[in-house]
Amino acid sequence: MAYTPELKELIKVVEKTRPERVARKRAGEEIPFLSLDERKERLRFHPDFKEEGRRPLQVGPSKGYAIAHEIADLLEASSRVDPDRVDLSSPAHETDVLIIGGGGAGTSAAILAAQRGANVILATKLRHGDANTMMAEGGIQAASKGHKDSPYYHYLDVMGGGHFTNVPELVETLVTEAPDAIRWLEHQGVNFTKKADGTLETIHGGGTSRKRMHYAADITGAEIMRTIRDEARNHADRITVLEFSPAVELVLNEHGACAGAVLYNMETEEYFLVKAKAVVMATGGCGRLHIQGFMTTNHYGATADGIVLGYRAGVPVAFLHTVQYHPTGIVFPEQAEGILITEKFRGAGANLVNVEGNQFVNEREPRDVEAASIIKECVHDGKGVPTPTGRLGIWLDSPMIEELAGEGTVKREFPGKYILYKRFDIDISKEPMLIYPTLHYQNGGLEFKPSGETCVPGLFLAGEVAGGIHGANRLMGNSLLDIIVFGRIAGTSAAEYIAAGVKDGELTLDHVRAYNAEVATSGVGAGRVAPAIIPDYTDPSVRERQLTANYVGNVR
Amino acid sequence: MDTATLTEKVAAKTVPIYIMGKKYEVPDALTIMKAMEYAGYQYIRGCGCRGGVCGACATVYRKAGDYKIYTGLACQTVVEPDMYLTQIPFYPANRAVYDYETAEPTPETVYKLYPELFRCVACNACTKVCPMDVEVLDYISALKRGDLKAAAEISFDCIQCGLCASRCMGEMAQYHIAQLARRLQGGKLAPKAQHLDKMCGDIEGGAFTGMLGDLKSMSVDELKKVYTAREMEPHMGADEWTPASSHGLA
Repeated sequence: MAYTPELKELIKVVEKTRPERVARKRAGEEIPFLSLDERKERLRFHPDFKEEGRRPLQVGPSKGYAIAHEIADLLEASSRVDPDRVDLSSPAHETDVLIIGGGGAGTSAAILAAQRGANVILATKLRHGDANTMMAEGGIQAASKGHKDSPYYHYLDVMGGGHFTNVPELVETLVTEAPDAIRWLEHQGVNFTKKADGTLETIHGGGTSRKRMHYAADITGAEIMRTIRDEARNHADRITVLEFSPAVELVLNEHGACAGAVLYNMETEEYFLVKAKAVVMATGGCGRLHIQGFMTTNHYGATADGIVLGYRAGVPVAFLHTVQYHPTGIVFPEQAEGILITEKFRGAGANLVNVEGNQFVNEREPRDVEAASIIKECVHDGKGVPTPTGRLGIWLDSPMIEELAGEGTVKREFPGKYILYKRFDIDISKEPMLIYPTLHYQNGGLEFKPSGETCVPGLFLAGEVAGGIHGANRLMGNSLLDIIVFGRIAGTSAAEYIAAGVKDGELTLDHVRAYNAEVATSGVGAGRVAPAIIPDYTDPSVRERQLTANYVGNVR
Repeated sequence: MDTATLTEKVAAKTVPIYIMGKKYEVPDALTIMKAMEYAGYQYIRGCGCRGGVCGACATVYRKAGDYKIYTGLACQTVVEPDMYLTQIPFYPANRAVYDYETAEPTPETVYKLYPELFRCVACNACTKVCPMDVEVLDYISALKRGDLKAAAEISFDCIQCGLCASRCMGEMAQYHIAQLARRLQGGKLAPKAQHLDKMCGDIEGGAFTGMLGDLKSMSVDELKKVYTAREMEPHMGADEWTPASSHGLA
């Protein structure tokens, strides 16, 4: 789906203003950053600030807290399985640490727990490594260059990005553990982009005061994921991976500690029990819930399952009223809708340009400010670029990078995106990309501590499922960092918790029974079950013809 | 709604495709993945990131009256009329378990773990079948020559979908061998980042504990002042840039 003749005409407008914009970039002239007050004003255009987009929860530990309808629908829902029908007396597996989720956080946790002598079962919904980690492109932050940067500045940037609402202790852990996380990844064999002497290349990201974004071309997350997955596979004696086996319920014991989970074999449709001395929840985010109808960059399995399970077990949610829309998702060609275009393009000098060929925002504002600016420009100021199917987008002027850094730079620095567009007959070193904000990240999640602990003994968290680190808005490059830092911590904490002695006890799903009863009495959530496990993209007319199947949500 | 929404604008025009031999009419603008969902399939296997980087949805297809085998990723390939397709979401592959800590970054390590490397007959079927345009044969050849660095670089865009292994006459799993080469290169052959050790040492030595303690105890208003006043590294500047003030540094 190459650009239509109409879009090619509009590209000429971009080309016309390009020389002047390139000259300004060369001279270091940027659109000034918004002041904190101006940011606040701009954020009125952000989807988070639409009151009709959310509602107060009617059940559970965070009752009264208003979050997106799409997540509330899953929290105000009954369990997929009837707790009375689950046999808790005969676990299919017993282990020390059960890790739920096979992305970067879960895998880091598995490696560290195994290193401390624990036997680990890593249960994952799809394949090991099928996670948003794999899709992260731009980079991973860490203050690694002491001549100009430090955890002090990293801390400030994280807090500013999160609008000063972040949990300070979590941020402190994130920024002080960051350089060691990079060192660990380098040691594991991640091919970071480096100078000849080994110095890591670093660039800016939105909201950074120092260039501290480390990267591996434009597939940083994939390079990290495949490397640590390879390491986990080297410890097959201690780490057992159960694929296509999502958790549908946490299991507690009579002492109130987390003691395993009910898993679901997606292929045989059987449910089975894993008993564990500790559980690490690393289930990721919620993009596939398509909050407010937005397209998403997220993985097929990103359906907020962990939030549902943890919430039912008694862990409150925090910062879940904010979700992140990545400013630059593909809006044309439609086949690639929602796919992330890394912030690194802007870091490398590409302007955001409206239908008149003009810049309208500094390209390195924090993500929510950037996204709100694009929505404002398109929807409220009428300066969006119309696509053939009636959507609106903004140009991301990638050919500028060629002029600034030399011919061939786009193909070399962004091989993934270059190939992707090539498939659609678009050469992004010569033609700009058409983008619009896309649902990207769950800023909040279940409450936890810097040690990975939750209010439920034996239940640890890591990664996107947890809330508080990023406050109300995460900066680029702090998510890959978060999963490695807190994944390693959760694995270590779980192993230490076990080493200190865990009291065995009778297993129970009473918390699920109680939650189901609360859902029933509150009158909300009738006919809804959760977790969702996978999104339902079946054509509704097909569903109508499936006469012998009954669906509750997407559960057959 | 002031958003570019998810609404699937189903094009009026449909084309016939054959999923595992069975005919379905699907909108012509859809990817194979969305076309299969449109037809009524709900994925368990064969669907991952939906963004072309995870390797879950490798697809093999032929076209009517054409002897050639075509491949692609279901999430990236747009349907064509009379395409006969199937996904191969899983293909068994041999992966050697090794102790990374003690593994020497030498070609011999690779040869010992994957002796089948030398069963390669240079038929090039791997390269032809690769949906990422990775020159698979080239990196296998580089490994046979003992050039780990070249193998790591050439294989960098690999998404480990397994299509190469499905076609290999030597029956090897090229992508696992490439993974080994990349780890040895990235972790043991490439020069280390010295500045990381220095920073980690400073942190362990407590160089920032006091400063961070100050920041943590500040009111939001104080913190905002410090935040606003922080010096910004210029966008186009060189790595060697140093801030005017050494405040906040080790």
